[in-house]
This record gives sequence, C-alpha cells and structure tokens, in this order.
Amino acid sequence: MTSAPEAGGGIVLSGLAKSYGAVRAVRDVDLVIAPGETVALLGPNGAGKTTTIDMILGLIKPDKGTVSVFGAPPSVAVRSGWVGGMLQTGSPLDHLRVREIVTLMASYYPQPLPVDEVLQTTGAAEFARQWTTKLSGGQAQRVRFAAALVGNPDLLLLDEPTAALDVEGRRAFWQAMRGATAQGKTVVFATHYLEEADAYADRIVLLAHGQIVADGPATEIKARVGSRTIRATLPDVTVTALSALPGVRGAERHGDAVVLTCTDTDVALAAMLQKFPGAKDIEVTGGTLEEAFIELTAIDDSTDDPGAREAAK
Amino acid sequence: MTSAIHLRYEILRTLRNPLFSGLTLGLPLVLFYSIASAQRHKTFDGTSFPLYFMTAMAAYGAMWATVAPGGRIARDVATGWLRQMRITPLRTRTEFTAKVIGAYLLALPTLILLFLAGASLGVRLGATQWLEMAGLFLVGLAPFIVIGFILGYLLPSDAAAAALAGVVILFALLGGVFGFQLATSGPMFDVIKGLPSYWLVQAGKTALGGGGWPAEAWIVVAVWTAVLIPVAALAYRRLASTA
Repeated sequence: MTSAPEAGGGIVLSGLAKSYGAVRAVRDVDLVIAPGETVALLGPNGAGKTTTIDMILGLIKPDKGTVSVFGAPPSVAVRSGWVGGMLQTGSPLDHLRVREIVTLMASYYPQPLPVDEVLQTTGAAEFARQWTTKLSGGQAQRVRFAAALVGNPDLLLLDEPTAALDVEGRRAFWQAMRGATAQGKTVVFATHYLEEADAYADRIVLLAHGQIVADGPATEIKARVGSRTIRATLPDVTVTALSALPGVRGAERHGDAVVLTCTDTDVALAAMLQKFPGAKDIEVTGGTLEEAFIELTAIDDSTDDPGAREAAK
Repeated sequence: MTSAIHLRYEILRTLRNPLFSGLTLGLPLVLFYSIASAQRHKTFDGTSFPLYFMTAMAAYGAMWATVAPGGRIARDVATGWLRQMRITPLRTRTEFTAKVIGAYLLALPTLILLFLAGASLGVRLGATQWLEMAGLFLVGLAPFIVIGFILGYLLPSDAAAAALAGVVILFALLGGVFGFQLATSGPMFDVIKGLPSYWLVQAGKTALGGGGWPAEAWIVVAVWTAVLIPVAALAYRRLASTA
C-alpha cells in the first residue's frame, strides 16, 4: 500500500463542472482545502454538494476540470486508503452484525484503527451485536460513520451525515465526530443545517446552483453579505423610494411598517432619516447566518431546477 | 487478509439467509428422498434412478447456490452498499474473485449432502468417480455464476431475485433435473443438449461410465461461459457509470 499522503497537497478542485442533461449540477468550482481543515459545504437541496463530494471520491467523473486529493487523482487516493466516505445512500449490509460490518470495512484499509476503539468513539459499542437491519435511524448513521472512520483515512467526506436525525441525535453525532477527528484529519461535510456548519467547521463554503457563492469563516461570510435590517413605522412612502436609498438592498412593506434589507445600515439609516423624518419605532438588527444564507442562495433563483438534486444523486 | 475476511463475510451473509439453505440444501434433499426412495431399484436414462436423481438434485441445489451472488449484488446496488465499496481500497477484482470462490464454496455443502444422501440409497461410486463428478460440477456451474452476475448488475433487487429463480427453474426443467426429460430425440433434444444444466445432470452417469464428458458437453459449457462473460463485463460497466 502507498504510504501516507504528502502534506501540503490538500484537496484541490479546479474548474470543476458536471451536468446532468440540461441541469448544471456543478459549474466551474474552484476550491482548495488545506490538510487538517474542517470544511462545511453548505447549501440548499440541488446546490451541488453531493455531486461535488461524489467527484472528490471519484464516484462521478467531472465533465470538465480536475480533482486532486493529496496530490493524486481520486482513484489513487481511494485505492491507497487515504479517503473515507459517508454517503447519503448506503444502508449497511444485511445479515451482518454492527461489529462485523465495521471489522469488514477495517479489513480493506492498510492502517485501520482498532475496531473496538472506533465502536466506542462513535457510540456504536452499545449495539455492536445488533443486526444491521434492526437499527434506528440514529444508530444506522453511527454505524455508517464508524465504517467511514475505521479505515483511519486522512480525509473524511461526510455527505449530510445528520440528515434525518433529531436535534439530540445531531448533537450526539457531532460530539462523537469531534472526539474522533481531533487528531488532524481533513474533514469535508455537506449540510443544509447552518448551525452545524457554524459550530463544527473551521470554514464554510456556501454553494448555490452549483457555484461557490461564499467561502470563509462564518463571521466573514456574514460580513461579506452585511445583511442587516432596519425596521420602522413609516406609512405613505413607496417601497421603490425606500429601495433607492443608499445602503439599501431591498425593501418590503407590512402595513404601516417597512423592513429594509441593507448592505450598510449606518448609511441607510442616515439617509432614511434625512429623507423621511417621519420614520418612528426604528429597530436595527444584525443579520443571522440564516439570513445571509437565504440572501446568498437566492441569487439567480430563476435558473434553479428542482430536478437537480435528484439528478445529482 | 483483506480478501479472507471479505470472503468470510460474503459466505456468512449468504448462509444466514434462511431462504438460501432452504433452496440449496433443504429442498433438493427432501425431493431426493421423497422421489428416489420409492424408485431406488428402477433404472432411468440408462442408469440407476437414485444415481440419476442424486446428480439432478445436486445440480439443482448447486445452481441455486451459484446464482446467489447475483442476488447479493442486486441488493448491494439497491442499498447503495456497492457505492460504499467503491470508495474503499477494495479492488473490483478482489470483490469479483471473492464472489466466484464464494459461489463454489456455497455449492459445496449441497454436493456433499446429496452425495451422502445418494450413498444412503445405494449409489455406489469409487473415490475417483465421486471426485470426477464434483470436478464436472465445478466446470458446468460456471455459466450460472456469470448469469447471476449479469442479472444482479442489470436488475433491481426484487426483479433480480425473481429472474434468478426463473432462470434456475427453467434450466433445471429443460435439463431434466426433475426426473423426466422433455425430449430424448429430435430438434427439442438438440436444444436441451445445448444447455449446461443438461450436462450437469449427466455428470453422474458420466462419472460412473468413466472417460468424462463428451466433447459436445465441454463445448456447450465453454460457449455459454465465453458468451456470457463479456455480457457481464458490459453490465458491470453500465452499472459503474450510473451508480
């Protein structure tokens, strides 16, 4: 087996594109992930997260562009045991027990972790003797995580690892995940839960319609959008007039109240008070990541295709 | 190491499926005793009925055993496990070899059990004759392994299981597994002689007589296998490009 990957390579996606018929699942994605980074691919359904992950894993061939995993093509990285993946699909094999399936996965890798240790850290030890077909959703998810982890890969790719889990299940999963990957693994996970990306990733890559629309720490993404709102009671002013104010991105009216979405609340507030001194009950609120997310991913919505996600599978 | 554990679980998964042991061991054994014991002194197709029917039931059970990997492939595709395999260092060749070896190992208990059952009803063969029969089975079962792969790669899980059952029963019926032959001369017989299942059923008589299969049998099995292997390769490639 090939020895551990050279440091410094990381994961490099350049000019990556993949279409399914008329649906452009991924278009022109450039991304560099350093070794040891934990990166969240955040985006709504159909954003291209799964397609991107499948291309990093070599499950899908890109139409254009290249993928390099620690300096090697995906097929070499996978064959060398540098990569572990937790796919969205892939229920565990039938007629096997939890412990057996983790043992089986371990046998494929050159330097696996001890099976018992992995069962412990992933919280699967308590049901290790259970048949794989008799697991709850949360248990099955842990088994799949244990199966991805036991090979001791340098890169872990997790495609929506907490989909279909309740809040408690998600918390427990991430706790296990943190403990298990403390020793400098590169982790890339896809999610559409903002709080997960925010809490567990060093860096967030926001995908929409197959493109990267933002990339950076959570705080930086918020700053870049600068989505903050001003609420005020201001009757008799048109939305168009409000939208035209400097620093304002958009305006909405709810009865007497108006809500201004701003790129710069300081400028917008000054301009509004100067032009419409009658404004009352003024509130300025900082944008949440949720708002930033909606704002960024709403760009170019007209070309969205609900079939993209299905096709991306 | 890798392949040993993989092979072990491959076999374990199959043996734990109650349907598998029922079809490969239980059913042939019950059919053998219930039909052959009443006719243990009769002759059929130029040999003793117990020898004929022992070989036929061994062929029947072994055919079920050798198409079983196909059913597992279809299930692994359906559950997404095949994709999971493809992102591990496990080579396709290792996986493929494990399935072939597994198919033969899983057919082995059927042969042993039916040979013992045959002996209990007075089938007497020398050690080399038993071995020759087992050897002919090894060769004659090859097309069924490949048919299993093809249907497993091409069909969804439920359809694959049904199609595999259909293939086994049809080949068994035409090959004379059920103790009667649909034709012993004419064009229908020519069709039957073109089937690998016919030659499996003949393996007992062949071993008793010594001298092995006629050239015709080797050609039939070789042609079936040679034609089916590229089809299986195409089916696999189709699956790999879409899965």
